[in-house]
Amino acid sequence: MVANIVLSEVEYTHVGKRPIRPDGVDKVTGRAQYGPDITLRGLLHGKVLRSPYAHARINSIDTSQAESYPGVRAVITAQDLPFASLTKEELGAGYQALKFASNHVLAGEKVLYKGHAVAAVAAANLHVAEETAKLIKVEYEELPTVMSVLDAMKDGATLLHDDLFTSSLGETSKTASNVAAHSRFEIGDIQQGFAEADAVVEHEFQTASVHQGYIEPQNGTAFWNADGQLDVWCSTQGAFTVRAALADVLRHPVSKIKVTPMEMGGGFGGKIAIYNEPLAALLSKKSGQPVKLIMSRVEVFEASGPAAGSWMNVKIGATKNGKITACQAEFALDAGGFPGSPAASAAMCAFACYDYPNGLIDSYDVVVNKPKTAAYRAPGSPQAAFAVESVVDELCEKLGIDPIEFRLTNASKEGTRRIEGPVYRRIGLVECLEAARSHDHYQTPVDAQPNGKLRGRGVASGFWFNRGFVSSCNVTVNPDGTVGVVTGSVDLCGTRASIAQQTAEVLGIAYEDIKPSVADTDSIGYTFITGGSRTTFATGLAAINASQDIKQRMVERAAAIWEAPVEDVEYVDGVIQHKSDSELKMTFKELAQRTLTTGGSITAQCNIDPSGEGNSFAFHVVDVEVDPETGKVDVVRYTALQDCGKAVHPSYVEGQLRGRSDAGRRGAGHRMGFERRILL
Amino acid sequence: MPGVVHVQTTINGEDTNFLCEPRQSLLEVLRDVLGMTGTKEGCNDGNCGACTVIFDGRIVDSCLVLGVEVQGREVTTIEGLATADGLHPIQTAFLENAALQCGICTPGFIVASKGLLDEEPDADEGRVRHWLAGNLCRCTGYDKIVRAVLDAGQKMK
Repeated sequence: MVANIVLSEVEYTHVGKRPIRPDGVDKVTGRAQYGPDITLRGLLHGKVLRSPYAHARINSIDTSQAESYPGVRAVITAQDLPFASLTKEELGAGYQALKFASNHVLAGEKVLYKGHAVAAVAAANLHVAEETAKLIKVEYEELPTVMSVLDAMKDGATLLHDDLFTSSLGETSKTASNVAAHSRFEIGDIQQGFAEADAVVEHEFQTASVHQGYIEPQNGTAFWNADGQLDVWCSTQGAFTVRAALADVLRHPVSKIKVTPMEMGGGFGGKIAIYNEPLAALLSKKSGQPVKLIMSRVEVFEASGPAAGSWMNVKIGATKNGKITACQAEFALDAGGFPGSPAASAAMCAFACYDYPNGLIDSYDVVVNKPKTAAYRAPGSPQAAFAVESVVDELCEKLGIDPIEFRLTNASKEGTRRIEGPVYRRIGLVECLEAARSHDHYQTPVDAQPNGKLRGRGVASGFWFNRGFVSSCNVTVNPDGTVGVVTGSVDLCGTRASIAQQTAEVLGIAYEDIKPSVADTDSIGYTFITGGSRTTFATGLAAINASQDIKQRMVERAAAIWEAPVEDVEYVDGVIQHKSDSELKMTFKELAQRTLTTGGSITAQCNIDPSGEGNSFAFHVVDVEVDPETGKVDVVRYTALQDCGKAVHPSYVEGQLRGRSDAGRRGAGHRMGFERRILL
Repeated sequence: MPGVVHVQTTINGEDTNFLCEPRQSLLEVLRDVLGMTGTKEGCNDGNCGACTVIFDGRIVDSCLVLGVEVQGREVTTIEGLATADGLHPIQTAFLENAALQCGICTPGFIVASKGLLDEEPDADEGRVRHWLAGNLCRCTGYDKIVRAVLDAGQKMK
């Protein structure tokens, strides 16, 4: 599938190679410890009682029978969350945010989606916990549901929250609404732009919710000690964001919460929010014992994620020469039961591949009776790309212009300004388009099939910002000449390997001598989530900077040993040497072996919030075959091209490309069904 | 609470005794009773293959087998592949071919592949793809996994 085109002019020793990942042996032998694998002395198992209704008022919850069931150790409801005993006056401006966060953990006055957590129990074993949960009596008053953004946005629509008002272009609505936010991006004169067009194509699109579908279910284990120290072990993309979210809903200081990120069995954006962790914490506080919660597969689908469903309208105009004159779009993305869909992200990504003079994009964050949506591999971008690229292809057909030529004519390049403001620096969209145009796949005609099946070819561009944000790294020179690299970035896809490569490159020592690890929140500086395609850039840069410091400190130590001025000593390819006296020379390993007797260990750290990330572009060419008898669709050829910058470990970059293409291909044929209620 | 049952079986070549409730799956027994967490729970309903073990020479989803069913039988799990001499060739091939990303599906894929290659080291690509249809990977797709299994097959001949 992938033929790498390397544009980098620098030849590296380690970066760009394909070494075996440091965590590999643990993962192929089953020794790697994922969230559900943890066990603790006295561990209890929890089970959550979930709503059978998509929208209902909770009139009462009776836990008495459950609490007296043999073997049960704790039962909790929303009344056990600090929010239940705080007043609106006490919380002030933070009231609504805490209400939403708390109600997401355990339903308050209402359940907002089927699967919404209502209560939880802990018992000595899972089966007893399951039996106990069934004994909790909840009296519901069923309410009308809104399942799509269009229904939710209608005048007079059933409201999920009577205190949610629309934040629109700096104003707040007077009446409550299911629209949490409306934002707008605008350049040029949209009407003028369409007036100048020779052809205009406009279509409306809807996409279903698509779940991230990670293989490992959501999980969380907690122990609330008698001194108030709360220890949490979970599968998350960000231990520090879990700590912050727990501190918020539990009203507990971050200094008293330690989150240990376990190996994580897939997240794709879906393992950032907290679900099980606060429940396990409260159950542990109540029982005095550690508690583990693992969602069943059904719970994963009903109560976590998915990616936002959407309603979109896209209109593009172009001249007969294929120059875009105007781009207009509306994106309404469903947030699920609580605000926070990536609608604005969809708006920013939508036309990011194009350089156009006139544009108007409106986006709406809309609550509906579905689980709170989560990020999923470039949140908002795939939905927008589906709509925009479909319109672009039809516009090409209408104008009789080759789809790649059209995209090249209008391609974003260095200096192009995105509608929300940023100006591109060096980017690789044109290179992707040119590589696709000359690729064997694009050069091969789409043949008619003798079996009566129909074949067609679709192409699409894609965009993601990539991100910087905060990362931390501690580097330690061990007395045997190896180097420990500790980061706060959970490794989802081989980042321990890539960070080890980056460190080895800077220090000029063997990749195998780098020992990367991921620390808990007590043992490293704040590090934002692994997500948004930021880790190799931001955490990698933290490792690179810390390694540069290590080199300087090694030079200083050698100078001290040799009683020479620091400026007379240099570090070249893992060797510390005197600039003029060739007798004075030590390898990295030789100096490392002397550190403990010449002043102590050599360490360095870096805390960083870097900007300057490169943006990423993709272009995919896909041939599909349709059986007109049955409607069955088969993908017969798929070529994915990506401007990925420098591939630090190409094997894992290829894996990302293929994995995302597979996930997108499956998502394309998928409609996620949400029942309004289940039959009891 | 239901009564517990004493089960005597062979796991990874070793005589093993355990107590379990009749309602506990083999997956639950391996993970929670015996502490063998290399076998992973993904869906607990026979869809994803993360909990694949070899049961009397056949690959099965251990979530669909009851613990009591292994009485007097033989079970091989991911923990039984590597020896003191080193990794199993399939494990090495997965590492060398970068055939894993998050790794949660990896034990299931490796055990399922062993079930195939023990019988058919010459299995071709089509056979490998068909055989592994019961194992899901969400991170990185199947290409590198299939290549790793073909590579291991060559080394196991």
